[in-house]
Amino acid sequence: MTMNDVPKIITSRFDQGDAHTLDGYRRTHGYEGLAAALEKTPQQVADEVKAASLLGRGGAGFPAGIKWTLAPANVWPRYLVVNGDESEPGTYKDRMLLERDPHQLIEGVLIACYAVGCGQAFLYIRGEMAHAQERMAAALNEAYAAGFVGKNILGTDFSVDVVLHWGAGAYIVGEETALIESLEGNRGMPRLKPPFFPAAKGLYMQPTIVNNVETLSNLPWIIRNGVDEWNKLGAETSKGTRVFAVSGHVNNPGVFEVEFGVTTFRDIIFDPKFAGGIRGGKALKAFIPGGASAPWFYEEHLDLPLEKVAIDRAGSMLGSGAIVVMDEDTDMVKAALRLVRFFARESCGKCTPCREGTTWMEKIMQRILDGHGRPEDVALLMDTADNISVDFMWPPRMTTICPLGQSATTPIASAVMRFKDEFERYVGGPIELNVTVKGAAFIGPPTRKKEGSGV
Amino acid sequence: MARLSSENLETAYEIIARYPVKKSALIPLLHLAQEQDGWVTDVAMAHIAELVEVTPAEVIGTCTFYEMFKRKPVGKYVVNICTNISCQLLGGEELLHHAEQKLAIKAGATTADGLFTIEDVECIAACTEAPCLQVNYRYFHKITHGEFDSLIDDLKAGTRDEIPAHGTLAKVRQHIPAARRAGAVAPTDRAEPVWLIRNRQEGAS
Repeated sequence: MTMNDVPKIITSRFDQGDAHTLDGYRRTHGYEGLAAALEKTPQQVADEVKAASLLGRGGAGFPAGIKWTLAPANVWPRYLVVNGDESEPGTYKDRMLLERDPHQLIEGVLIACYAVGCGQAFLYIRGEMAHAQERMAAALNEAYAAGFVGKNILGTDFSVDVVLHWGAGAYIVGEETALIESLEGNRGMPRLKPPFFPAAKGLYMQPTIVNNVETLSNLPWIIRNGVDEWNKLGAETSKGTRVFAVSGHVNNPGVFEVEFGVTTFRDIIFDPKFAGGIRGGKALKAFIPGGASAPWFYEEHLDLPLEKVAIDRAGSMLGSGAIVVMDEDTDMVKAALRLVRFFARESCGKCTPCREGTTWMEKIMQRILDGHGRPEDVALLMDTADNISVDFMWPPRMTTICPLGQSATTPIASAVMRFKDEFERYVGGPIELNVTVKGAAFIGPPTRKKEGSGV
Repeated sequence: MARLSSENLETAYEIIARYPVKKSALIPLLHLAQEQDGWVTDVAMAHIAELVEVTPAEVIGTCTFYEMFKRKPVGKYVVNICTNISCQLLGGEELLHHAEQKLAIKAGATTADGLFTIEDVECIAACTEAPCLQVNYRYFHKITHGEFDSLIDDLKAGTRDEIPAHGTLAKVRQHIPAARRAGAVAPTDRAEPVWLIRNRQEGAS
């Protein structure tokens, strides 16, 4: 299947001006997936989603169908929580889905609630997205009035309220246990897993399924067209399509839905149908493959497919579908500092390595950038980072409750390991490092170019 | 400095009723208070504490965790300029510095006339439209310095009606009609959902 034949699944209505209205949505197969689901048993719907191996689109990439089965049997009530707290730097897809096709998400939520047996659903939308909240509120109001949401949906005994909830500005709330804390009215600090795996002990300590906006938005299409059609798309381990935002130094930054696992980074960054190459004919220096938390990739990774297993093996992640492209003129020390500053600001403060580590890493980096750094500061920086992410492994070894702390070390390890000369220019002398760095993407420049492109 | 008005109190009761546990309404109610006063006052927080039946300290504890809640007055227009990676690569920091020059204040400060507050913010999910900013959480994409100046001039002249004063988040609210309401499901409500029971019984027969 060529890139041109791939059906648009979740972005199919992006150019339809009235897709956010109930009429516009229903004219283009809207709520037909829900009607089809209600003709089946909840178990059949759950089995179908499991067979679709729909990987979670929020960052961690855990299969949604499997996540649903983790709720303990016969423990009621169960809740569904939609993670719409999109905040990972570089990520821009959930906001589009919320603004342009809100009913698609509502339909996905209903299908999930029906299959899993959730008594109530909460739509947690990032606070800063005022327009998305307005679109969701209007869509819910219309859907309630028309009998698609609420009591006795489409005249059946299936009843569920979908409650629109707002966040108030905190990146960490994208972590699912922090999101649950926030939804309970608390500070958004992650809970320790185990025992607080949301599927077992989540909202109000009840079984809770937390799914991302994009993940759930796929469900209407899957149920309407069947799992066999879905499984024709994508690679063995990464089925369907996925939405990627390509930003930074490209000619045509944009949000693109592509076949999952087949399209490569080279395609999406350079093809004129997508981001159209580097601005001003410049050379590529590095790119972030999956949001600020992901280790950086380089020229030799361009032929990797956008597929979970291959990217994981190469030492990074597809994360939230955020590709940020940096050209040859980019100051990597400056770029790394900005990312570290982000994590330092957003650390919730619960775990010491992250709270203290991110703050000190930001200060050391700032000193280097300001021209007051000493050569040994870079070793100090890496040593501090090593205390949060031991040996810079990928996936990282956890020293904290959630991965935010480890995420803060990835831009540092990426920049220091690959652009050591830039740091040396700032600190005015040779740098000696005394840490072990094991993550595949940090190590380089590579001699494994062929292997990388052949995965 | 005020408790929630009677109109907002009605809205507050409607919001609280949607949740199985009252405290879950805390963040939406803080937004409501901020919409009323432009910032979150101590009096409003005490009122919210009464409404959701927690201590005022718990309300303050939650409130202070979140970036959007302002604990002192801010400008009528809060201008959030993104300087995170995608915007940094395309001039976000330069845009911030330009804004500081234009309004003659540093990021984090408010102009003397109380009209503008500038914030240097983290990623606001418009990365392909860099550099971007928000005014009271309304987006402006691919902003040039000249466009920024015109925007500020428009706001000063009061010709941007589409942007409400700081505090008003969404101009459309969810409203669940009583007849269509399925009801909040309390964590103590141990009953298996009826559609699951029916399907199982039909499967067994």
